[in-house]
Amino acid sequence: MDTQMNMVSAINNALGTILKQDDKAIIFGEDVGRDGGVFRVTDGLQAKFGEGRVMDTPLAESGIIGTAIGMAIAGLHPLPEIQFAGFMYLGFDQLVSHAARYRMRTRSTISIPMIVRTPVSGGVRALEHHSENPEAMYAHAGGLVVVEPSGPYDAKGLLLGAAKLKDPVIFLEPTKLYRLFKEEVPEDAYELPIGKSKVVRQGSKLTIVSYGVMMPAVKNVVESKKVDAEIIDLRTINPLDDATIVESVKKTTRLLIVHEAQQSFGVGAEIAARVAEKAIYELEAPILRVAAPSLPYPDPGYERYYYPTEKKIGAAIDKVLSS
Amino acid sequence: MGFLLIKRVFEGAIDYLQVMDEQGNIDQANFPKDLPDQKITDMYKYMLFARALDAKMLSLQRQGRAATYAPLIGEEATQIGSAFAFRNQDVFVPNFRQHGIFLVRNFPLDNFFVYWKGYEDGGKIPENFNGTAVCVPVGSQMPHAAGIAFALKHMNKDAAVIAYVGDGGTSEGDFYEALNFAGVWKAPLVTVIENNQWAISVPRKDQTAAQTLAQKAIAAGIKGVQVDGNDLLAVYKAVSEAIANSKNGPTLIECVTYRMSMHTTADDPTKYRTDEEVAEWQKRDPIARVKAYLVKKNLWNDELEKQIADEQLKKIDEAVEKSEQFKPDPRSMYENVYSFMPEELKDEEDAATASNFWQ
Ligand SMILES: Cc1ncc(C[n+]2csc(CCOP(=O)(O)OP(=O)(O)O)c2C)c(N)n1
Ligand SMILES: [Mg+2]
Repeated sequence: MDTQMNMVSAINNALGTILKQDDKAIIFGEDVGRDGGVFRVTDGLQAKFGEGRVMDTPLAESGIIGTAIGMAIAGLHPLPEIQFAGFMYLGFDQLVSHAARYRMRTRSTISIPMIVRTPVSGGVRALEHHSENPEAMYAHAGGLVVVEPSGPYDAKGLLLGAAKLKDPVIFLEPTKLYRLFKEEVPEDAYELPIGKSKVVRQGSKLTIVSYGVMMPAVKNVVESKKVDAEIIDLRTINPLDDATIVESVKKTTRLLIVHEAQQSFGVGAEIAARVAEKAIYELEAPILRVAAPSLPYPDPGYERYYYPTEKKIGAAIDKVLSS
Repeated sequence: MGFLLIKRVFEGAIDYLQVMDEQGNIDQANFPKDLPDQKITDMYKYMLFARALDAKMLSLQRQGRAATYAPLIGEEATQIGSAFAFRNQDVFVPNFRQHGIFLVRNFPLDNFFVYWKGYEDGGKIPENFNGTAVCVPVGSQMPHAAGIAFALKHMNKDAAVIAYVGDGGTSEGDFYEALNFAGVWKAPLVTVIENNQWAISVPRKDQTAAQTLAQKAIAAGIKGVQVDGNDLLAVYKAVSEAIANSKNGPTLIECVTYRMSMHTTADDPTKYRTDEEVAEWQKRDPIARVKAYLVKKNLWNDELEKQIADEQLKKIDEAVEKSEQFKPDPRSMYENVYSFMPEELKDEEDAATASNFWQ
């Protein structure tokens, strides 16, 4: 049976499925219990599964992620929530120094199956630290799987896919998309592959690679400008599915990368480097990026200047196609 | 009688201080020494001012003229009582809820509105403000406070730091690390825990198994005291004494108060707490008891109250009006990142300026 769901309901539904399927799974974090999370993503789960499976914690991110690692070592399947990606830096050490390295350190005798969920993205007029896009930092660590869904259907499928992994997963949920639109989402469980991107639109003149929060904007611009563009949604940021990108670029000969995070040293830089390494002679135009300026995310008043808007995407498409 | 195998190596206790009860009666033995009536009246006016500012912010937020806002209502005694204990040279380290102290420290009100509308331009720190910026990542201001306190001592300055943290904030590692550093350094750090019983939806009892938050001082080897945070005089007294003693080292002061309203304008407290609980705390309103005291002493009346309210509202409205004249300049995003302008950033700025993207 399919139901119309927004991303909040789709993730809530997936979390319920995981708790039902896997008695080792446990959700915890700040305000996830009675309050159901500040975005209501875990709404109703504590009432349904009890305080032992869905629990509020003290206010301490390093503690949340560090204890999750301990729980994983002991055989549980922790699904901690960090209230905003901007506050996950307090747990960064645990992620980079331990979650990312435990398996390597113990030659695969101990793995850390866990999913750290956290809201990311701007565009919602939030205060300082509530609009972060840290995907490149986690991807750069090595050892952390980084996923960012772009819609309700993908969110559920990717979360259920991630739940099958034995690895630490950083699951980034774009706040801007939480309630932006609904999609048909099956009530039953289904998994989408982790580490595979998806060609969401076929085209022949230009490849546009994006993910997560920027996907609706990219699709809008392409539809409204009636560009013959192929659009690839990364779905998983690390490991990066560059085969799909390279194959597409070989066909279209042009590449534009769009992300909300800062341009410098971002995911776009990695994609551009891989395409340069694997297909530079197939390119007929320089690779372009549309991303945020190379400075921290500003307070909401300046957001509209800072943001990689549809206007900026449109101008970049014109530029790639005309060179 | 057996052998004494274990000897007690440490003993600790935490005291609770209240000077003025809910009806405005005074415990004379504990009345702060240096506190003339005029100062109590001044503090009372600031409590009213803080509450009026709060009401204005909420209404601006509802009209879309302010971003997310964390109301202070209920916490006036903790904020104003402690702020009046500051000496000019003392450094104020806030989190994100001490709007009342911004008032006492004469932060330009129009900038306050610009800031909470979402523009860093309002976050400019005036030279004589002697404080740090609003700090949103919970607890992360605490090590800064310890560092500032170290620096003051290192430079032989006769000044202390007064840092603010919530009940929830006391669970963060940064909080413990800061107290521990300050203890080792015997740094002049006064930490005020604004224990308003809630960290968004998580009640105080789920934050820690410790009976008081003040006792967290014990492990750091520093002084700790709990005070009635809705009692202006108790807060004033505890913070004054801690500042006076700061030459000898840090103090942790837990102010027991209550968040009368939502966590922020994005929160719905009916999901997690009862009206009865709120009503119970309403009876301990920090403003009402000071008023009862002042009226009893013939220092205050309704006429004065009306006059002050009008004056304060006028100041607030004028500042809002001034703040609405503010025009953002997107280039300021680029020009305040480094002390120098990197070429690549300049290129980005020039490209953005030349484009039509900002129209
Ligand atoms: C490091 C960090 N984690 C989470 C948040 C989100 N958050 C903002 S305020 C808050 C609760 C703070 O509670 P408390 O310290 O008691 O201060 P209060 O809000 O009650 O004044 C939370 C969880 C944050 N701002 N920073
Ligand atoms: Mg609190």
